[in-house]
Amino acid sequence: MSTATATASSAGEMSPIRKKPLGRRIADNWQLYLLLVIPVVLTFIYKYIPMYGIQIAFRDYKASKGIWGSNWVGLEWFERFFTAPTAGRMIKNTVLLSLYSLLWSFPIPIILSLIINQVRFPRYKRVVQTVLYAPHFISTMIIVGMIRIFLSPSGGLVNLIFGTQIDFLTESSAFRTIYIASGIWQDAGWGCIIYLATLANVDTTLYEAAKVDGASVFQRIMNIDLPALLPMAVLNLIMAAGSLMNVGFEKVWLLQTDLNKATSDVIAVYVYQQGIESAKYSYSTAVSLFNTAVNLILLFIVNRIAKKASDVEFV
Amino acid sequence: MEKTKKASNGLSDRASDIILVIITALALVIVAYPLYYVLVASFSDPYDVYAGKTFLLPSGFSLRGYAAVFADDNIPTGYLNSIKYTVIGTIFSVVMLYITAYPMAQRDLPGRKFLSIFFVITMYFGGGLVPTYLVVKDTGLMNNMWALFLPGGVAVGNMIIVRNYFQNSIPHELIEASEIDGCNKLRTFVSVVIPLSMPIMAVMVVFSMVAYWNDWFTALIYLTGSEKAALLSAALLAGCGGGSSSASSDEPKMETDQTAFTIMGAQSALSPGYTDNEVLNKLQEEAGIRIE
Repeated sequence: MSTATATASSAGEMSPIRKKPLGRRIADNWQLYLLLVIPVVLTFIYKYIPMYGIQIAFRDYKASKGIWGSNWVGLEWFERFFTAPTAGRMIKNTVLLSLYSLLWSFPIPIILSLIINQVRFPRYKRVVQTVLYAPHFISTMIIVGMIRIFLSPSGGLVNLIFGTQIDFLTESSAFRTIYIASGIWQDAGWGCIIYLATLANVDTTLYEAAKVDGASVFQRIMNIDLPALLPMAVLNLIMAAGSLMNVGFEKVWLLQTDLNKATSDVIAVYVYQQGIESAKYSYSTAVSLFNTAVNLILLFIVNRIAKKASDVEFV
Repeated sequence: MEKTKKASNGLSDRASDIILVIITALALVIVAYPLYYVLVASFSDPYDVYAGKTFLLPSGFSLRGYAAVFADDNIPTGYLNSIKYTVIGTIFSVVMLYITAYPMAQRDLPGRKFLSIFFVITMYFGGGLVPTYLVVKDTGLMNNMWALFLPGGVAVGNMIIVRNYFQNSIPHELIEASEIDGCNKLRTFVSVVIPLSMPIMAVMVVFSMVAYWNDWFTALIYLTGSEKAALLSAALLAGCGGGSSSASSDEPKMETDQTAFTIMGAQSALSPGYTDNEVLNKLQEEAGIRIE
């Protein structure tokens, strides 16, 4: 009885708080706004002002003249990019490389974490997790070094196993497989962390109830674990899809050889080569602006699909 | 009926245990063997590795790779710099994440929706390399350690994860109770929310540590003109590559000119007339390719 009246009275107190005028609610939360000052200022300076600087993609930027002093050239840089002989190939390579990466490397951490979560030997489980995390800590440069050793035509493990003498890094047909497989090797275990953290929060009484009901491990995974993971998985998918065109240039570039360029030539590398190596600031910015625009379109599509599939609050 | 079901369930539990262990063991071997191989190869004679003679045990034991790494004077300085930047950067990032995620987790905060969009946009749309570089330069961060941290600002993806954790995994009752006890929002944040969010904080600390430890590109661009850039990058790479240093060579005999390397690394990656990927080639040699 007393608890019922207590909740009733607290509910009675709650409702007028909600109806406070806007000015009052803002004043009540001043501490929260204070916390936000530094993040907002930093984000404005280092994220929004550079967006404003994108206009050099439409100008012939000269450092001596500054952004405003440089001549307006309109879409010249974009035209130059689209008429470049390798433009089509680069766009195709970028899309396919990241699409295949996403398709392969998105589900694997989910499956892996569902399996690891059900392993009932705590020590063994910890060993598995620790080892699977390890490759993530290795820098890209070293990963590429390792790929070279393992794929080396003379003495490389892969060639020894298959008894062949193929120099995989000169085969354009092998490039995507190398890139994606090594990416999964490096990051699948790491991708489990966030899912395992979510699974750790699953109410253990659910498992016991399921056991009493005679559910097998597989059924427990499908009916308890998977639904618990779904919101996080959708969130990760949206974030991954939003950066679909952002192929990390380091690894591609390091794995690139003149002979595998048919599949390894991607926009990110081109932006770097034009902007940094050749110091064509405006041209490079134009190409990367195009890349970002495609990214945004993809993001909207995926976000819409995700919103329909499950009601994950994203923005 | 009931009994047979239970019995079969017990059996299938044991069977599934075995299957789970087999799958995880397979994953374990796939991930661990290349790492083990690199370790073994680093103790092996480079030519034996090259000839494919090394599998499970070092062949032709040799410490030449390690001798080369430890003979490098830049390694200790670079390591210290890397550790310093990683520690400061991680503290900065996690503080930023927390002070952003907590207000954003308040569903009734006026303007929350706007702020949320304000942050999320930066995840998907940015100025790109050159415009960001110009801003960093204009704000006087060139050759300043903070150039590594400030432009990153708030890691929005991680911020969303922390925010969701605040919203979903911290019991509402506790927050309400502390508010009834007279805590203001800040006090609730410090005394209730932060202590209860240690699991996610641990994850975020590891995330940022790894990011800063492996980041050399930012250092190379913004710490130009100072030797720090080269040292940091060199140490990051050489440090990570210590294990594979004797092994990762496909190209025989590469003399690394340390002075030239430092100059290349210190030179602005954005400076005009900078052709060919010499910096990277040099770094790569530093990292892995050292063979007598």
